[in-house]
Amino acid sequence: MALLLLIPAVAVNLLVFLWPMLNLAALSFRDALPGGGIGQVLSLGTWKDLLTDGYYWSLLLNSVVVSLIITFAALLCGYPIALFVHRASPRWRNLLMVACIAPLLVSAVVRTYGWLVLLGDRGLLPSLLRGLGWARPPRLVFNEVGVVVALTEILMPYMILSLLAGFGRLNPVLEEAASSLGARPFTVFRRIVLPLTVPGILLGCLLAFVLAVSSFITPSLLGGGRVPLLATEIYDQAIVSLNWPVAAALSVIVLAVFGVALTLYGRLSRAEA
Amino acid sequence: MGRVAFHALVGVLFLFLLAPVILVFPLSLSADSSMAWPPSGWSLRWYAALVQHPGLMAALRNSVLLALLVTAAALLLAIPAALAIARGRFPGREALFALLTAPLLLPTIVLGLALLILFAGYGLIGTWIGLVLAHLLVAMPYATRVLVTALGTLPAGLEDAAASLGAPPATVFRRVTLRLILPGVAATCAIVCLVSFDETVISLFVVGPRLTTFPVALFRYVQSRTDPLVAAAAAVMILFTLAVVIVLDRLIGLKRAVGG
Repeated sequence: MALLLLIPAVAVNLLVFLWPMLNLAALSFRDALPGGGIGQVLSLGTWKDLLTDGYYWSLLLNSVVVSLIITFAALLCGYPIALFVHRASPRWRNLLMVACIAPLLVSAVVRTYGWLVLLGDRGLLPSLLRGLGWARPPRLVFNEVGVVVALTEILMPYMILSLLAGFGRLNPVLEEAASSLGARPFTVFRRIVLPLTVPGILLGCLLAFVLAVSSFITPSLLGGGRVPLLATEIYDQAIVSLNWPVAAALSVIVLAVFGVALTLYGRLSRAEA
Repeated sequence: MGRVAFHALVGVLFLFLLAPVILVFPLSLSADSSMAWPPSGWSLRWYAALVQHPGLMAALRNSVLLALLVTAAALLLAIPAALAIARGRFPGREALFALLTAPLLLPTIVLGLALLILFAGYGLIGTWIGLVLAHLLVAMPYATRVLVTALGTLPAGLEDAAASLGAPPATVFRRVTLRLILPGVAATCAIVCLVSFDETVISLFVVGPRLTTFPVALFRYVQSRTDPLVAAAAAVMILFTLAVVIVLDRLIGLKRAVGG
């Protein structure tokens, strides 16, 4: 009886999730033929081309490095907010939580557009800099700077929520005890607060990194085609070049990066606990 | 670090977090013909331009209809599944729940590509069936999770009591279970609606020249130009989201809805 109730949902899941994903993985073992066709025989040709081409390695390296920078920036910007929200009185806490979650409800296209308005050549920040007498301020969009700034902001809510979820062990009594024994505020932070919040930091960094590696909208709009990353390359190969085997193989690489990040997270969490 | 300095830092960081969303509103009221800062005057011309833009308005209609279709389909599929998972005692229950919620763990760029490759072979690209199926891929995990949580917090004794008094299973479900999980169902509706309305990356892979969604049309528009029309469209999107959240909050309370 119970299994009968599950049949429709599981059938849809198999149709739109499991089958397409297995099909995708299998496609990376076919060859792309000129003109968008796909070879009928299994082959390692696509993987061989991919792994011997320096371009794809630089793409992977670039993606990982940019995502790590974004993760670190989101941690630096999210940590003070999380600490502040955690310490706020219950009434303020709810309001501040809404302020942290609200951006999550706004489409990534809209938030990226907001950053184009802020950082674009005729945007708020360059206008401000020109007003302050800087004749030719540096370009902030269509390069890595814009992508890093915007993605940091876009991923901050995830970081803040993860940090707050891991702040449970933080107890003001411990901080008071440390300061009453003569520890300076910075020492209290380094020796008491920081070690207790490591679980939240690890979770937030995992989430931010994984989301940064796979994000497409923001790098695509703010990079303007000049910031090659794994996710934008997958889209270009699939839609522009119509080379589905390469797009499929790149997808498998993204999933492998996810796997490595998850494994690392597991190791670090266990070591810390 | 002093208390004042810490508060100032948090203030600046909050400004950083909220600036791009807040900025959209003044810009949408700009009277300039292109994006310029600060706007030289204020007007509603970009809202008028949005209403008169045939492509974006058609996409907006599609997105609203799609969100409703996806919500209905997700409820029909997820309520029975959630009942089976929350109430059933059979081997593999946990594994099936994991399978149903797994798509949330994978990047949408990969899911979208996988759907494109499969759908292209069956002529589903740019069709309503294709779009509904694609959105169900991300909507179903949310629906299943919220409904299983809602069912898990129910006092199971009430259903047993109704059954022991002679109510057949269908009546127990209709008169007891369904009424008790109504807040969960409402939350599911709101979440699935928002997920579908906001979904962009997967849609990018499965839309066609004749059938597109609002976020995809907006994405394409921003690719080519950044005039204040986008700000007006963005303001509409933010207000739509806000409306759904407020209705949900008024109906059942936000905390109860998300099972907090």
